Amino acid sequence: MNFLRKQLDKIKPNFDKGGKFEKYAPVYFAFDTFLFVPNHTTKRGAHVRDGNDLKRLMYVVVLALLPALFFGMWNVGYQHFTQLPNPTDDPNFVFPFMTVFMFGALKVIPMVIVSYVVGLGIEFMFAISRGHEVNEGYLVTGMLIPLIMPIDLPLWMLALSVAFSVVIGKEVFGGTGMNIMNPALIARAFAFFSYAPFMSGDKVWVADASTIDGVSGETILGTLASNNTPSYSVMEMFMGYIPGSIGETSVLMILIGAALLLYTGVASWRVMASGVLGAVVMGLLFNAWGATALMNFPWWQHLLVGGFAFGIVFMATDPVTAAQTNVGKWIYGFFIGFFAIMIRVFNGAYPEGIMMAILLMNVFAPTIDHYVVESNIKRRNKRLEKNLKAA
Amino acid sequence: MSKDIRIKKGLDIKLKGKAEKVVSVASRSKVFAINPSDFQGVIPKLTIKLGDKIKAGEPIFFSKKMEDIKFASPVSGEIIEINRGAKRMILDIKIAADATDSYKDFGIKNPTELSSEEVKAHLLASGCWPFIKQRPYDVIANPTDQPKAIFISSFSSAPLATDDAYALENQQKEFQTGIDALKKLTTGKVHLSVNGTTNSFFNDTKGVEIHNVFGKHPAGNVGVQIHFVNPINRGEKVWVINPQDVAIIGRLFLHGKFDATRTIALAGSEIKKPQYFKTILGANVSNLISENVPNTNVRVISGNVLTGTNISKNKFLGFYDNLISVIPEGNHYTFLGWHPFIGNNKLSINRAFFSWLTPNKEYNLDTNLNGEERAFVVTGEMEKVMPMDIYPMQLLKATMANDIEKMENLGIYEVAPEDFALVEFVSTSKIEAQEIIRRGLDLMVEEVG
Repeated sequence: MNFLRKQLDKIKPNFDKGGKFEKYAPVYFAFDTFLFVPNHTTKRGAHVRDGNDLKRLMYVVVLALLPALFFGMWNVGYQHFTQLPNPTDDPNFVFPFMTVFMFGALKVIPMVIVSYVVGLGIEFMFAISRGHEVNEGYLVTGMLIPLIMPIDLPLWMLALSVAFSVVIGKEVFGGTGMNIMNPALIARAFAFFSYAPFMSGDKVWVADASTIDGVSGETILGTLASNNTPSYSVMEMFMGYIPGSIGETSVLMILIGAALLLYTGVASWRVMASGVLGAVVMGLLFNAWGATALMNFPWWQHLLVGGFAFGIVFMATDPVTAAQTNVGKWIYGFFIGFFAIMIRVFNGAYPEGIMMAILLMNVFAPTIDHYVVESNIKRRNKRLEKNLKAA
Repeated sequence: MSKDIRIKKGLDIKLKGKAEKVVSVASRSKVFAINPSDFQGVIPKLTIKLGDKIKAGEPIFFSKKMEDIKFASPVSGEIIEINRGAKRMILDIKIAADATDSYKDFGIKNPTELSSEEVKAHLLASGCWPFIKQRPYDVIANPTDQPKAIFISSFSSAPLATDDAYALENQQKEFQTGIDALKKLTTGKVHLSVNGTTNSFFNDTKGVEIHNVFGKHPAGNVGVQIHFVNPINRGEKVWVINPQDVAIIGRLFLHGKFDATRTIALAGSEIKKPQYFKTILGANVSNLISENVPNTNVRVISGNVLTGTNISKNKFLGFYDNLISVIPEGNHYTFLGWHPFIGNNKLSINRAFFSWLTPNKEYNLDTNLNGEERAFVVTGEMEKVMPMDIYPMQLLKATMANDIEKMENLGIYEVAPEDFALVEFVSTSKIEAQEIIRRGLDLMVEEVG
């Protein structure tokens, strides 16, 4: 690695202050610090520091997303090929695994590339114009966005959604750490409201649906919303052999990611636990009411379908947009679960509620924190009053 | 017992190179330095000129804002350097020491027979006053104030900390005399917190309220102990002092001289034979370093690795310090060093490292920042190492925004920069928490007073 380091050190002076390409320093340093943790030492304050940094943290989240990504690739192929007529005479014929996986991979990989190229491109532009370093936040956002989109979304729509989310969702607030709402969900909300026909219905979840006759690729929640009974078993829901956004279908794969996030402590267990709790409470209430097919949908199956698991594990736990106090996290998570199921059941036009629930609670998170912190302030003021009285 | 304090949140940073309990007398330093930046907020007014001969205990300068507070020379000798920086700010004053010290005689006194005012005057005249610091703000105490209590933490829980019970082993009498003097300065109590897991002569100190403290760092921080015993409210003042400095005050009363001898620990992974040394505050430790540290790419710190001062250049022992830590500099690159689950020579509270599997391992940490400074992103990590009933991130943000009312509400009066050292250590975004708190306290001094 010494050779690489030497080459980098050779071109580095061009990007230092006074160098030829000083303006593009953020670009150079983004690559340099990606390859090597820099030789920066502590200048003020504590002379030793924890080994963790934002790059490592963000990378852990990306790792946690990989099972869902790979499963998503396979499932895209699976959903496509199950719609095709059997090409052989053998009634037990199944399409070979690699055919299925590669079909999906070739659909998904371009989306991931578009998401990263457009998103990071904008981040670099902002970093250059503002003269600050490129933040690592987009490494996660860039992976999340394709995973929560339907497979047939045209790439230019994806690119526009990414651009909107990075500029309006994040950079206008000052970049990573300053944004109010989850950027990945902003991308999805933008696509949802701008290109509704590409984001919902019973055709969009199957790749190349327009080329296949008589596609029936409705999501489970879509089926329920039209008061029909879904034809999938609980096992299929859990394993993820169902139509849906690319990364959201397999609860098993999401749980593997969740295990990594919880083990490393990167995501808040409080948000995940209270989110599930909130959904369970709402689900039980609806089960007791039981007026429609959605209300009668067993509470525990609500946790398996739609984007609930993905949203709670990967989106609600975003530390920047979640509540920041520990007590606040319980309240915040609970209401995400609660509202997600409520929107599912009440809003016929929009069968999935987790996106709206998270965005809504993102907005309320600072308010929740305010009241939690206020109780600390009250404790302190009470102590002061007591002392003044005693004096 | 109800007086026990148990700290659950925090982090013990175990480092290689803990000082062995052997005391040697350090060879006498030829030059001593007093560094006004050790005294937060003090603008020095010199009382000496270049070339003056002075005795130990004679003042070198006083504080412009509080003229009664004098800063004395720790040794007898000749003023050989007065270094100034920008705007003629005094950087340090160097004294070439005599072969043996001659002391200014302040007279032997029994503090129990003196009035509060007499004790105060004695401490001010002899240069012992600056040892007494005030909370809030972590500045030298104002002699016209009436503190509601005086707190002494008899132990430090910081990495590689000096064991003051060992350092003061033969100075029980001096320590007790110092306590007797301090008792005269407050109408409230003198609180002495001791390490609950060990038993030392501190437990036998008379005239104080003893608190047994258990738990992880920052359990030994006096600010944390104050928070649990008698928290500081708006408008209240509490004084604090280090145990070795109590003994210096004791020696003033018993022997009539300003005897600034300290037993310091020389510790850290770069030291060949970490142990204790007897020396004097302000001493040059170059000899100790060159004899004990084979490597050159090291950082020499007066104090502990979390809160100490970088003295790699000048190597003078700070006014308040009883520890010299020497650790490797971290000015190296690490290829893909951010990759999770590798790099287990690094300590982290995050489980993307395996360090949590080996809680008793002693680490060889260097000064690498292990990343770059970023905006606040991660939440909840600061709370894990903040035992006080304070929201660290919210207080830091209020301080960065100079929002005085919010800072007050969130508890700025209860904290000192050292209480945020662990917050700074664990911060994934490498937020300079101690610096932020220090600036916030300075703002409060200016605006609220």
